[in-house]
Amino acid sequence: MNHPDLTVTLGRLKLANPVMTASGTFGYGEEYAGIVDLNRLGALVVKGISLRPRPGNPPPRIVETAAGMLNAIGLQNVGLTAFIRDKLPYLRPLAPALVVNILGETEDEYVEIAAALSDQEGVDAIELNISCPNVAAGGLVFGADPVATSRLTARVRAVTRKTLLVKLTPNVTDITVMARAAVDAGADGLTVINTLLGLAVDLTTRRPRLANVTGGLSGPAIKPVALRMVWQVARAVDVPVIGVGGISTWQDAVEFFIAGATAIQIGTANFFNPTVTMNVLEGITAFLIDSGVAKITDLIGTLRLT
Amino acid sequence: MDKNQSQFQTDPNPTSGITEPFSGSPRHIQAKVVATRRITNDVYHLSLMGEEIATAARPGQFVMVRVSQAVDPLLPRPFSIHRVMGDRFDILFRVVGQGTRILARTAVGETFAVTGPLGRGFLLAPGRVLLVAGGIGLAPLFFLAQDLISRGFCRPDEVTVLAGGRGRADILCREELTELGVRLQITTEDGSLGRPGLVTSLVQEQLEAASEPIRVVSCGPKAMLQAVAGLAAAAGCPCQVSLETGMACGLGVCLGCVVRKADTPGPAYLRVCREGPVFDAGEVFNS
Repeated sequence: MNHPDLTVTLGRLKLANPVMTASGTFGYGEEYAGIVDLNRLGALVVKGISLRPRPGNPPPRIVETAAGMLNAIGLQNVGLTAFIRDKLPYLRPLAPALVVNILGETEDEYVEIAAALSDQEGVDAIELNISCPNVAAGGLVFGADPVATSRLTARVRAVTRKTLLVKLTPNVTDITVMARAAVDAGADGLTVINTLLGLAVDLTTRRPRLANVTGGLSGPAIKPVALRMVWQVARAVDVPVIGVGGISTWQDAVEFFIAGATAIQIGTANFFNPTVTMNVLEGITAFLIDSGVAKITDLIGTLRLT
Repeated sequence: MDKNQSQFQTDPNPTSGITEPFSGSPRHIQAKVVATRRITNDVYHLSLMGEEIATAARPGQFVMVRVSQAVDPLLPRPFSIHRVMGDRFDILFRVVGQGTRILARTAVGETFAVTGPLGRGFLLAPGRVLLVAGGIGLAPLFFLAQDLISRGFCRPDEVTVLAGGRGRADILCREELTELGVRLQITTEDGSLGRPGLVTSLVQEQLEAASEPIRVVSCGPKAMLQAVAGLAAAAGCPCQVSLETGMACGLGVCLGCVVRKADTPGPAYLRVCREGPVFDAGEVFNS
Protein backbone atom coordinates (compact mmCIF):
# COMPACT_ATOMS: atom_id res chain seq x y z
CA MET A 1 0.00 0.00 0.00
CA ASN A 2 1.12 3.55 -0.74
CA HIS A 3 1.98 5.99 1.98
CA PRO A 4 -1.36 7.07 3.47
CA ASP A 5 -2.67 10.59 3.00
CA LEU A 6 -2.13 12.31 6.34
CA THR A 7 -3.24 15.79 5.33
CA VAL A 8 -6.00 17.46 7.32
CA THR A 9 -7.65 20.85 7.05
CA LEU A 10 -8.38 23.35 9.82
CA GLY A 11 -10.44 26.18 8.38
CA ARG A 12 -8.47 27.28 5.32
CA LEU A 13 -5.27 25.87 6.78
CA LYS A 14 -3.95 22.62 5.38
CA LEU A 15 -1.63 20.55 7.58
CA ALA A 16 0.78 17.98 6.11
CA ASN A 17 -0.15 15.69 9.00
CA PRO A 18 -2.34 15.92 12.09
CA VAL A 19 0.43 15.91 14.70
CA MET A 20 0.72 19.21 16.54
CA THR A 21 2.48 20.32 19.71
CA ALA A 22 0.44 21.74 22.59
CA SER A 23 1.04 25.29 23.74
CA GLY A 24 3.44 25.64 26.65
CA THR A 25 5.04 22.23 26.19
CA PHE A 26 7.27 22.94 23.21
CA GLY A 27 8.60 26.42 23.98
CA TYR A 28 9.22 28.36 20.81
CA GLY A 29 10.32 25.28 18.86
CA GLU A 30 14.05 25.86 18.91
CA GLU A 31 14.43 24.17 22.31
CA TYR A 32 13.65 20.82 20.64
CA ALA A 33 15.59 21.43 17.43
CA GLY A 34 18.45 19.03 18.20
CA ILE A 35 16.10 16.25 19.31
CA VAL A 36 13.08 16.46 16.98
CA ASP A 37 13.00 17.06 13.22
CA LEU A 38 10.73 20.08 13.54
CA ASN A 39 9.93 20.04 9.81
CA ARG A 40 8.07 16.75 10.18
CA LEU A 41 5.46 18.24 12.54
CA GLY A 42 2.04 19.05 11.15
CA ALA A 43 1.82 22.22 13.18
CA LEU A 44 3.83 23.86 15.90
CA VAL A 45 1.91 25.69 18.63
CA VAL A 46 4.08 28.08 20.60
CA LYS A 47 3.93 29.06 24.26
CA GLY A 48 1.05 31.47 24.96
CA ILE A 49 1.86 35.08 24.14
CA SER A 50 0.52 38.06 26.07
CA LEU A 51 0.63 41.73 25.13
CA ARG A 52 3.41 42.48 27.60
CA PRO A 53 6.00 40.05 29.04
CA ARG A 54 4.74 38.14 32.05
CA PRO A 55 7.07 36.95 34.85
CA GLY A 56 4.78 34.07 35.81
CA ASN A 57 3.91 32.67 39.24
CA PRO A 58 6.31 32.13 42.15
CA PRO A 59 7.70 28.60 42.60
CA PRO A 60 6.95 25.81 43.28
CA ARG A 61 5.12 25.76 39.95
CA ILE A 62 4.92 22.06 39.15
CA VAL A 63 4.29 18.87 41.05
CA GLU A 64 4.23 15.30 39.80
CA THR A 65 1.06 13.31 40.48
CA ALA A 66 -0.01 9.77 39.59
CA ALA A 67 0.44 9.49 35.80
CA GLY A 68 0.27 13.24 35.53
CA MET A 69 1.46 16.58 36.75
CA LEU A 70 0.01 19.79 38.10
CA ASN A 71 1.33 23.08 36.83
CA ALA A 72 0.72 26.69 37.74
CA ILE A 73 3.26 28.50 35.59
CA GLY A 74 1.16 31.65 35.32
CA LEU A 75 1.80 32.13 31.59
CA GLN A 76 5.38 33.32 31.88
CA ASN A 77 6.26 34.49 28.36
CA VAL A 78 8.38 36.99 26.47
CA GLY A 79 5.46 39.15 25.33
CA LEU A 80 4.21 40.08 21.85
CA THR A 81 7.00 42.44 20.80
CA ALA A 82 9.86 40.12 21.76
CA PHE A 83 8.03 37.17 20.22
CA ILE A 84 7.80 38.90 16.85
CA ARG A 85 11.33 40.25 17.05
CA ASP A 86 13.24 37.28 18.58
CA LYS A 87 11.22 34.11 18.07
CA LEU A 88 9.28 34.48 14.83
CA PRO A 89 12.33 34.73 12.51
CA TYR A 90 13.42 31.25 13.63
CA LEU A 91 9.92 29.78 13.25
CA ARG A 92 8.89 31.41 9.97
CA PRO A 93 10.95 29.22 7.57
CA LEU A 94 9.98 25.94 9.27
CA ALA A 95 7.67 23.57 7.40
CA PRO A 96 4.92 23.06 10.00
CA ALA A 97 2.01 25.44 10.23
CA LEU A 98 2.68 27.98 12.94
CA VAL A 99 -0.05 28.46 15.52
CA VAL A 100 0.36 31.26 18.02
CA ASN A 101 -1.51 30.75 21.28
CA ILE A 102 -2.54 34.11 22.76
CA LEU A 103 -3.79 35.30 26.12
CA GLY A 104 -5.10 38.64 27.33
CA GLU A 105 -6.33 39.95 30.64
CA THR A 106 -9.02 41.92 28.81
CA GLU A 107 -10.88 41.59 25.51
CA ASP A 108 -8.96 44.57 24.18
CA GLU A 109 -5.63 42.85 24.84
CA TYR A 110 -6.66 39.71 22.92
CA VAL A 111 -7.82 41.90 20.03
CA GLU A 112 -4.59 43.91 20.00
CA ILE A 113 -2.40 40.78 19.96
CA ALA A 114 -4.51 39.11 17.27
CA ALA A 115 -4.42 42.22 15.09
CA ALA A 116 -0.64 42.49 15.40
CA LEU A 117 -0.13 38.82 14.57
CA SER A 118 -2.49 39.07 11.60
CA ASP A 119 0.05 41.30 9.88
CA GLN A 120 2.83 38.77 10.41
CA GLU A 121 3.85 36.55 7.55
CA GLY A 122 4.52 33.02 8.75
CA VAL A 123 1.79 33.01 11.39
CA ASP A 124 -0.82 30.59 10.08
CA ALA A 125 -3.30 30.46 12.91
CA ILE A 126 -4.20 32.04 16.21
CA GLU A 127 -5.29 29.89 19.14
CA LEU A 128 -7.30 31.82 21.73
CA ASN A 129 -6.42 30.64 25.21
CA ILE A 130 -9.61 31.23 27.16
CA SER A 131 -8.93 28.31 29.45
CA CYS A 132 -5.83 28.87 31.56
CA PRO A 133 -6.75 27.99 35.15
CA ASN A 134 -3.68 29.65 36.72
CA VAL A 135 -4.08 33.39 36.21
CA ALA A 136 -6.23 35.85 38.11
CA ALA A 137 -7.47 37.78 35.09
CA GLY A 138 -8.24 36.48 31.61
CA GLY A 139 -8.17 32.79 30.77
CA LEU A 140 -10.97 30.94 32.48
CA VAL A 141 -12.88 34.17 33.10
CA PHE A 142 -13.73 34.06 29.39
CA GLY A 143 -13.78 30.32 28.84
CA ALA A 144 -16.28 29.42 31.55
CA ASP A 145 -18.95 31.84 30.31
CA PRO A 146 -20.62 31.32 26.92
CA VAL A 147 -21.51 35.01 26.53
CA ALA A 148 -17.91 36.08 27.19
CA THR A 149 -16.61 33.31 24.92
CA SER A 150 -18.88 34.45 22.12
CA ARG A 151 -18.10 38.14 22.45
CA LEU A 152 -14.35 37.64 22.61
CA THR A 153 -14.29 35.21 19.68
CA ALA A 154 -16.36 37.60 17.56
CA ARG A 155 -14.12 40.56 18.35
CA VAL A 156 -10.95 38.65 17.47
CA ARG A 157 -12.62 37.21 14.36
CA ALA A 158 -13.30 40.77 13.20
CA VAL A 159 -9.58 41.68 13.18
CA THR A 160 -7.98 38.60 11.64
CA ARG A 161 -8.24 36.52 8.49
CA LYS A 162 -5.85 33.93 9.95
CA THR A 163 -7.30 30.59 10.94
CA LEU A 164 -8.87 31.10 14.36
CA LEU A 165 -8.84 28.32 16.93
CA VAL A 166 -10.39 28.55 20.38
CA LYS A 167 -8.92 26.40 23.17
CA LEU A 168 -11.63 25.28 25.57
CA THR A 169 -11.48 24.46 29.24
CA PRO A 170 -12.76 21.20 30.71
CA ASN A 171 -13.60 23.03 33.95
CA VAL A 172 -17.24 23.61 33.00
CA THR A 173 -20.44 21.66 33.41
CA ASP A 174 -21.21 21.36 29.69
CA ILE A 175 -18.35 21.98 27.29
CA THR A 176 -20.64 21.83 24.24
CA VAL A 177 -22.24 25.13 25.32
CA MET A 178 -18.86 26.88 25.13
CA ALA A 179 -18.03 25.04 21.90
CA ARG A 180 -21.20 26.27 20.15
CA ALA A 181 -20.66 29.81 21.45
CA ALA A 182 -17.17 29.92 19.95
CA VAL A 183 -18.20 28.40 16.63
CA ASP A 184 -21.24 30.65 16.24
CA ALA A 185 -18.94 33.64 16.80
CA GLY A 186 -16.62 32.58 14.00
CA ALA A 187 -14.06 30.05 15.29
CA ASP A 188 -12.57 27.90 12.51
CA GLY A 189 -11.71 25.11 14.92
CA LEU A 190 -11.69 24.15 18.60
CA THR A 191 -8.85 22.83 20.71
CA VAL A 192 -10.21 20.44 23.34
CA ILE A 193 -9.05 20.43 26.20
CA ASN A 194 -6.85 22.58 28.42
CA THR A 195 -5.81 21.30 31.88
CA LEU A 196 -8.15 20.19 34.66
CA LEU A 197 -8.02 22.21 37.86
CA GLY A 198 -6.37 20.22 40.66
CA LEU A 199 -4.72 20.34 44.08
CA ALA A 200 -1.87 18.49 45.77
CA VAL A 201 -1.14 18.66 49.52
CA ASP A 202 2.11 18.20 51.44
CA LEU A 203 1.34 15.93 54.39
CA THR A 204 4.09 17.25 56.63
CA THR A 205 3.45 20.95 56.24
CA ARG A 206 -0.26 20.60 55.37
CA ARG A 207 0.36 23.21 52.72
CA PRO A 208 -0.52 23.08 49.03
CA ARG A 209 2.41 21.75 47.01
CA LEU A 210 2.04 24.61 44.51
CA ALA A 211 2.62 28.23 45.49
CA ASN A 212 -0.49 29.09 43.46
CA VAL A 213 -2.45 26.57 45.66
CA THR A 214 -4.24 25.02 42.66
CA GLY A 215 -2.85 24.07 39.27
CA GLY A 216 -3.76 22.47 35.96
CA LEU A 217 -3.62 18.67 35.74
CA SER A 218 -2.15 17.21 32.56
CA GLY A 219 -0.57 13.99 31.36
CA PRO A 220 -1.86 10.44 30.79
CA ALA A 221 -4.15 10.73 33.83
CA ILE A 222 -6.53 13.07 31.98
CA LYS A 223 -6.78 11.19 28.68
CA PRO A 224 -10.19 9.58 29.22
CA VAL A 225 -11.69 12.94 30.20
CA ALA A 226 -10.20 14.66 27.16
CA LEU A 227 -11.36 11.89 24.87
CA ARG A 228 -14.92 12.08 26.18
CA MET A 229 -15.01 15.86 25.68
CA VAL A 230 -13.57 15.65 22.17
CA TRP A 231 -16.29 13.15 21.31
CA GLN A 232 -19.00 15.41 22.79
CA VAL A 233 -17.74 18.54 21.05
CA ALA A 234 -17.18 16.84 17.68
CA ARG A 235 -20.85 15.79 17.68
CA ALA A 236 -22.04 19.27 18.70
CA VAL A 237 -20.25 21.46 16.14
CA ASP A 238 -19.36 21.31 12.45
CA VAL A 239 -15.82 22.71 12.63
CA PRO A 240 -12.67 20.61 13.14
CA VAL A 241 -11.83 19.60 16.70
CA ILE A 242 -8.21 19.32 17.75
CA GLY A 243 -7.88 16.69 20.47
CA VAL A 244 -5.44 17.27 23.31
CA GLY A 245 -5.06 15.78 26.77
CA GLY A 246 -2.81 12.95 27.88
CA ILE A 247 -1.65 11.73 24.47
CA SER A 248 1.69 9.96 24.83
CA THR A 249 1.49 7.12 22.29
CA TRP A 250 0.21 6.64 18.74
CA GLN A 251 -2.54 4.43 20.13
CA ASP A 252 -3.76 7.37 22.21
CA ALA A 253 -3.78 9.55 19.09
CA VAL A 254 -5.77 7.01 17.08
CA GLU A 255 -8.39 6.90 19.85
CA PHE A 256 -8.82 10.66 19.50
CA PHE A 257 -9.25 10.44 15.70
CA ILE A 258 -11.89 7.75 16.12
CA ALA A 259 -13.65 9.90 18.73
CA GLY A 260 -13.82 12.76 16.23
CA ALA A 261 -10.57 14.75 16.39
CA THR A 262 -9.30 16.09 13.05
CA ALA A 263 -5.84 16.71 14.50
CA ILE A 264 -4.15 16.08 17.83
CA GLN A 265 -1.80 18.03 20.06
CA ILE A 266 0.87 16.46 22.22
CA GLY A 267 1.66 18.27 25.45
CA THR A 268 3.08 16.89 28.68
CA ALA A 269 4.48 13.82 26.89
CA ASN A 270 7.09 16.11 25.28
CA PHE A 271 8.53 16.50 28.79
CA PHE A 272 9.01 12.82 29.55
CA ASN A 273 9.63 11.63 26.00
CA PRO A 274 11.13 14.44 23.90
CA THR A 275 10.79 12.46 20.65
CA VAL A 276 7.12 11.59 21.26
CA THR A 277 5.82 13.70 18.36
CA MET A 278 7.91 11.72 15.88
CA ASN A 279 7.00 8.39 17.54
CA VAL A 280 3.28 9.23 17.30
CA LEU A 281 3.55 10.35 13.66
CA GLU A 282 5.32 7.13 12.69
CA GLY A 283 2.85 5.04 14.68
CA ILE A 284 -0.20 6.65 13.08
CA THR A 285 1.28 6.10 9.63
CA ALA A 286 1.99 2.43 10.32
CA PHE A 287 -1.49 1.96 11.80
CA LEU A 288 -3.17 3.37 8.69
CA ILE A 289 -1.10 1.14 6.43
CA ASP A 290 -1.77 -1.94 8.56
CA SER A 291 -5.52 -1.22 8.69
CA GLY A 292 -5.76 -0.50 4.97
CA VAL A 293 -7.00 3.04 5.56
CA ALA A 294 -5.85 5.29 2.70
CA LYS A 295 -6.58 8.66 4.30
CA ILE A 296 -6.46 9.80 7.91
CA THR A 297 -9.73 11.62 7.26
CA ASP A 298 -11.39 8.22 6.73
CA LEU A 299 -10.61 7.42 10.36
CA ILE A 300 -11.96 10.62 11.92
CA GLY A 301 -15.22 10.29 13.83
CA THR A 302 -15.64 6.59 13.14
CA LEU A 303 -16.57 5.62 16.70
CA ARG A 304 -19.06 2.74 16.50
CA LEU A 305 -21.88 3.06 18.99
CA THR A 306 -23.92 0.09 17.90
CA MET B 1 18.60 32.23 26.45
CA ASP B 2 20.02 34.19 23.58
CA LYS B 3 20.35 31.85 20.62
CA ASN B 4 23.91 32.72 19.78
CA GLN B 5 24.86 32.06 23.39
CA SER B 6 23.63 28.51 23.26
CA GLN B 7 26.78 27.26 21.56
CA PHE B 8 29.61 25.31 23.04
CA GLN B 9 32.83 27.13 23.47
CA THR B 10 34.99 24.26 24.60
CA ASP B 11 38.39 25.73 23.92
CA PRO B 12 39.80 28.05 26.53
CA ASN B 13 39.76 31.62 25.38
CA PRO B 14 43.44 32.35 24.74
CA THR B 15 43.27 35.89 26.07
CA SER B 16 41.37 35.35 29.32
CA GLY B 17 42.11 31.68 29.96
CA ILE B 18 38.43 31.21 30.76
CA THR B 19 36.08 28.66 29.24
CA GLU B 20 32.50 29.78 28.96
CA PRO B 21 30.08 27.21 30.33
CA PHE B 22 27.18 27.46 27.87
CA SER B 23 25.19 24.49 26.70
CA GLY B 24 24.91 23.30 23.12
CA SER B 25 22.18 21.17 21.57
CA PRO B 26 21.30 18.28 23.86
CA ARG B 27 20.99 14.72 22.60
CA HIS B 28 18.31 12.20 23.45
CA ILE B 29 19.72 8.69 23.64
CA GLN B 30 19.10 5.19 24.99
CA ALA B 31 21.94 4.74 27.44
CA LYS B 32 22.96 1.32 28.72
CA VAL B 33 24.05 0.91 32.33
CA VAL B 34 27.57 -0.51 32.33
CA ALA B 35 28.37 -0.36 36.04
CA THR B 36 26.50 0.12 39.30
CA ARG B 37 27.87 0.62 42.78
CA ARG B 38 26.31 1.20 46.17
CA ILE B 39 28.51 3.78 47.84
CA THR B 40 26.78 4.11 51.20
CA ASN B 41 23.46 3.12 52.70
CA ASP B 42 21.51 5.44 50.38
CA VAL B 43 24.03 6.74 47.82
CA TYR B 44 24.53 5.01 44.49
CA HIS B 45 26.84 5.39 41.51
CA LEU B 46 25.78 4.50 37.94
CA SER B 47 27.92 4.45 34.81
CA LEU B 48 26.04 4.83 31.53
CA MET B 49 27.26 4.32 27.97
CA GLY B 50 26.61 7.32 25.75
CA GLU B 51 29.33 8.81 23.63
CA GLU B 52 27.26 11.79 22.43
CA ILE B 53 26.65 12.88 26.01
CA ALA B 54 30.02 11.92 27.50
CA THR B 55 32.07 13.79 24.94
CA ALA B 56 29.95 16.95 25.04
CA ALA B 57 29.44 17.14 28.81
CA ARG B 58 30.96 20.03 30.76
CA PRO B 59 31.30 20.10 34.56
CA GLY B 60 28.12 21.44 36.15
CA GLN B 61 25.84 20.23 33.36
CA PHE B 62 23.18 17.61 33.98
CA VAL B 63 21.16 14.87 32.32
CA MET B 64 17.47 13.99 32.49
CA VAL B 65 16.94 10.27 33.08
CA ARG B 66 13.59 8.61 32.51
CA VAL B 67 13.60 5.98 35.24
CA SER B 68 10.58 4.02 34.03
CA GLN B 69 8.89 3.19 30.75
CA ALA B 70 5.56 3.36 32.58
CA VAL B 71 3.71 6.61 33.31
CA ASP B 72 4.12 6.46 37.08
CA PRO B 73 6.49 8.01 37.93
CA LEU B 74 5.86 10.17 34.91
CA LEU B 75 8.68 12.64 34.67
CA PRO B 76 12.39 12.16 34.03
CA ARG B 77 14.76 13.06 36.88
CA PRO B 78 17.64 15.52 36.67
CA PHE B 79 21.12 14.33 37.74
CA SER B 80 24.30 16.31 37.57
CA ILE B 81 27.09 14.63 35.64
CA HIS B 82 29.53 13.21 38.19
CA ARG B 83 32.36 12.29 35.84
CA VAL B 84 33.03 11.19 32.28
CA MET B 85 35.43 8.58 31.03
CA GLY B 86 35.73 8.05 27.29
CA ASP B 87 32.22 7.29 26.05
CA ARG B 88 30.81 6.74 29.55
CA PHE B 89 29.21 9.24 31.87
CA ASP B 90 28.46 8.67 35.53
CA ILE B 91 25.86 9.90 37.96
CA LEU B 92 26.06 9.83 41.74
CA PHE B 93 22.77 10.11 43.59
CA ARG B 94 21.10 9.72 46.94
CA VAL B 95 17.80 7.89 47.21
CA VAL B 96 15.21 10.53 48.04
CA GLY B 97 11.98 9.29 46.46
CA GLN B 98 10.17 7.10 43.97
CA GLY B 99 12.46 7.83 41.00
CA THR B 100 15.77 7.34 42.76
CA ARG B 101 14.47 4.19 44.46
CA ILE B 102 13.88 2.66 41.02
CA LEU B 103 17.27 3.80 39.80
CA ALA B 104 18.97 2.30 42.85
CA ARG B 105 17.64 -1.15 41.89
CA THR B 106 19.10 -0.93 38.39
CA ALA B 107 21.14 -3.83 37.04
CA VAL B 108 23.99 -3.66 34.55
CA GLY B 109 22.64 -4.01 31.00
CA GLU B 110 19.41 -2.09 31.54
CA THR B 111 18.87 0.98 29.36
CA PHE B 112 17.36 4.34 30.15
CA ALA B 113 16.23 7.19 27.92
CA VAL B 114 18.60 10.04 28.74
CA THR B 115 18.61 13.62 27.50
CA GLY B 116 21.74 15.73 27.81
CA PRO B 117 24.06 17.33 28.42
CA LEU B 118 21.82 20.12 29.67
CA GLY B 119 22.19 23.53 31.24
CA ARG B 120 25.00 25.93 31.88
CA GLY B 121 28.02 24.48 33.67
CA PHE B 122 30.78 25.94 35.79
CA LEU B 123 33.10 28.60 34.51
CA LEU B 124 36.55 27.13 34.03
CA ALA B 125 39.31 29.53 34.97
CA PRO B 126 42.91 29.23 36.09
CA GLY B 127 44.20 29.71 39.62
CA ARG B 128 43.23 28.77 43.16
CA VAL B 129 39.69 27.54 43.66
CA LEU B 130 37.65 26.49 46.68
CA LEU B 131 35.07 23.77 45.98
CA VAL B 132 32.50 23.62 48.78
CA ALA B 133 30.33 20.50 48.85
CA GLY B 134 27.38 19.67 51.07
CA GLY B 135 26.71 15.91 51.01
CA ILE B 136 25.67 14.69 47.57
CA GLY B 137 26.53 18.17 46.26
CA LEU B 138 29.99 16.76 45.71
CA ALA B 139 28.73 14.96 42.57
CA PRO B 140 29.29 17.79 40.04
CA LEU B 141 32.23 19.30 41.96
CA PHE B 142 34.24 16.11 41.51
CA PHE B 143 33.85 16.44 37.72
CA LEU B 144 34.90 20.08 37.99
CA ALA B 145 38.01 19.26 40.03
CA GLN B 146 39.01 16.56 37.59
CA ASP B 147 38.42 18.80 34.57
CA LEU B 148 40.26 21.81 36.00
CA ILE B 149 43.32 19.62 36.58
CA SER B 150 43.21 17.56 33.37
CA ARG B 151 42.71 20.63 31.17
CA GLY B 152 45.58 22.39 32.85
CA PHE B 153 43.62 25.19 34.48
CA CYS B 154 44.84 24.27 37.94
CA ARG B 155 47.60 22.28 39.56
CA PRO B 156 46.09 19.73 41.96
CA ASP B 157 47.31 21.71 44.97
CA GLU B 158 45.43 24.79 43.74
CA VAL B 159 42.13 22.95 44.18
CA THR B 160 40.79 22.78 47.73
CA VAL B 161 37.69 20.70 48.39
CA LEU B 162 35.75 21.43 51.56
CA ALA B 163 33.25 18.63 52.14
CA GLY B 164 30.56 18.80 54.78
CA GLY B 165 27.83 16.43 55.91
CA ARG B 166 25.76 15.32 58.86
CA GLY B 167 27.94 12.26 59.42
CA ARG B 168 30.82 10.32 57.89
CA ALA B 169 28.49 8.53 55.43
CA ASP B 170 27.75 11.91 53.79
CA ILE B 171 31.41 12.50 52.89
CA LEU B 172 31.74 11.00 49.43
CA CYS B 173 34.58 10.17 47.02
CA ARG B 174 37.38 10.58 49.57
CA GLU B 175 39.65 8.09 47.80
CA GLU B 176 39.02 9.53 44.35
CA LEU B 177 39.73 13.06 45.56
CA THR B 178 42.93 11.90 47.23
CA GLU B 179 43.99 10.25 43.97
CA LEU B 180 43.41 13.55 42.15
CA GLY B 181 45.84 15.15 44.57
CA VAL B 182 43.53 17.98 45.63
CA ARG B 183 43.55 19.37 49.16
CA LEU B 184 40.61 17.91 51.08
CA GLN B 185 39.13 19.13 54.35
CA ILE B 186 36.09 17.62 56.01
CA THR B 187 33.47 18.64 58.54
CA THR B 188 30.63 16.57 59.97
CA GLU B 189 27.85 17.79 62.20
CA ASP B 190 28.11 14.73 64.45
CA GLY B 191 31.90 14.85 64.51
CA SER B 192 32.25 11.30 63.13
CA LEU B 193 34.76 12.44 60.51
CA GLY B 194 36.93 15.54 60.17
CA ARG B 195 36.18 18.59 62.18
CA PRO B 196 32.85 18.73 64.04
CA GLY B 197 30.50 21.47 62.82
CA LEU B 198 29.46 23.07 59.58
CA VAL B 199 31.48 23.35 56.40
CA THR B 200 31.00 27.11 56.40
CA SER B 201 33.51 27.40 59.27
CA LEU B 202 36.19 25.99 56.94
CA VAL B 203 35.10 28.33 54.16
CA GLN B 204 35.51 31.31 56.45
CA GLU B 205 39.00 30.19 57.54
CA GLN B 206 40.15 29.60 53.98
CA LEU B 207 38.87 32.95 52.78
CA GLU B 208 40.42 34.78 55.73
CA ALA B 209 43.78 33.06 55.24
CA ALA B 210 43.95 33.79 51.51
CA SER B 211 46.26 36.60 50.46
CA GLU B 212 44.21 37.33 47.33
CA PRO B 213 40.63 36.56 46.24
CA ILE B 214 39.95 32.87 45.53
CA ARG B 215 37.17 31.63 43.31
CA VAL B 216 34.49 29.80 45.30
CA VAL B 217 32.26 27.14 43.75
CA SER B 218 29.57 25.43 45.79
CA CYS B 219 26.90 22.76 45.52
CA GLY B 220 24.70 21.49 48.31
CA PRO B 221 21.61 22.39 50.34
CA LYS B 222 20.22 25.84 49.62
CA ALA B 223 20.84 27.20 53.13
CA MET B 224 24.48 26.17 52.85
CA LEU B 225 24.82 27.79 49.41
CA GLN B 226 23.36 31.00 50.72
CA ALA B 227 25.80 31.02 53.66
CA VAL B 228 28.78 30.26 51.41
CA ALA B 229 27.69 32.98 48.97
CA GLY B 230 27.48 35.44 51.85
CA LEU B 231 30.99 34.59 53.08
CA ALA B 232 32.42 34.84 49.55
CA ALA B 233 30.73 38.18 48.95
CA ALA B 234 32.05 39.56 52.26
CA ALA B 235 35.56 38.48 51.28
CA GLY B 236 35.22 39.95 47.79
CA CYS B 237 35.56 36.54 46.15
CA PRO B 238 33.62 35.46 43.04
CA CYS B 239 31.19 32.65 43.83
CA GLN B 240 29.32 30.21 41.65
CA VAL B 241 26.55 27.99 43.02
CA SER B 242 24.86 24.96 41.47
CA LEU B 243 21.15 24.75 42.27
CA GLU B 244 18.78 21.83 42.31
CA THR B 245 15.01 22.05 41.77
CA GLY B 246 12.27 19.79 40.52
CA MET B 247 11.78 20.06 36.78
CA ALA B 248 9.67 18.38 34.12
CA CYS B 249 11.64 18.79 30.89
CA GLY B 250 15.19 20.05 31.50
CA LEU B 251 15.04 21.82 28.14
CA GLY B 252 13.83 25.27 29.16
CA VAL B 253 10.27 24.63 28.09
CA CYS B 254 8.09 23.68 31.05
CA LEU B 255 9.16 26.70 33.13
CA GLY B 256 8.62 24.59 36.23
CA CYS B 257 12.16 24.83 37.65
CA VAL B 258 12.48 28.57 38.09
CA VAL B 259 14.06 30.42 41.01
CA ARG B 260 13.54 34.05 41.88
CA LYS B 261 16.14 36.34 40.34
CA ALA B 262 18.03 38.32 42.99
CA ASP B 263 17.89 42.05 43.53
CA THR B 264 15.03 42.84 41.17
CA PRO B 265 12.23 45.19 42.21
CA GLY B 266 9.41 43.08 40.74
CA PRO B 267 9.26 39.32 40.38
CA ALA B 268 11.60 37.88 37.76
CA TYR B 269 12.57 34.25 37.44
CA LEU B 270 15.51 32.25 36.11
CA ARG B 271 15.23 28.72 34.78
CA VAL B 272 17.53 26.38 36.70
CA CYS B 273 17.70 24.15 33.60
CA ARG B 274 18.83 26.84 31.14
CA GLU B 275 20.19 29.93 32.88
CA GLY B 276 21.56 27.44 35.45
CA PRO B 277 21.98 25.04 37.11
CA VAL B 278 25.21 26.96 37.78
CA PHE B 279 24.67 30.60 38.64
CA ASP B 280 26.83 33.42 39.82
CA ALA B 281 25.71 33.64 43.45
CA GLY B 282 24.61 37.24 42.93
CA GLU B 283 22.09 36.15 40.30
CA VAL B 284 20.06 34.12 42.79
CA PHE B 285 20.89 35.39 46.29
CA ASN B 286 20.00 38.93 47.25
CA SER B 287 22.95 41.06 48.24
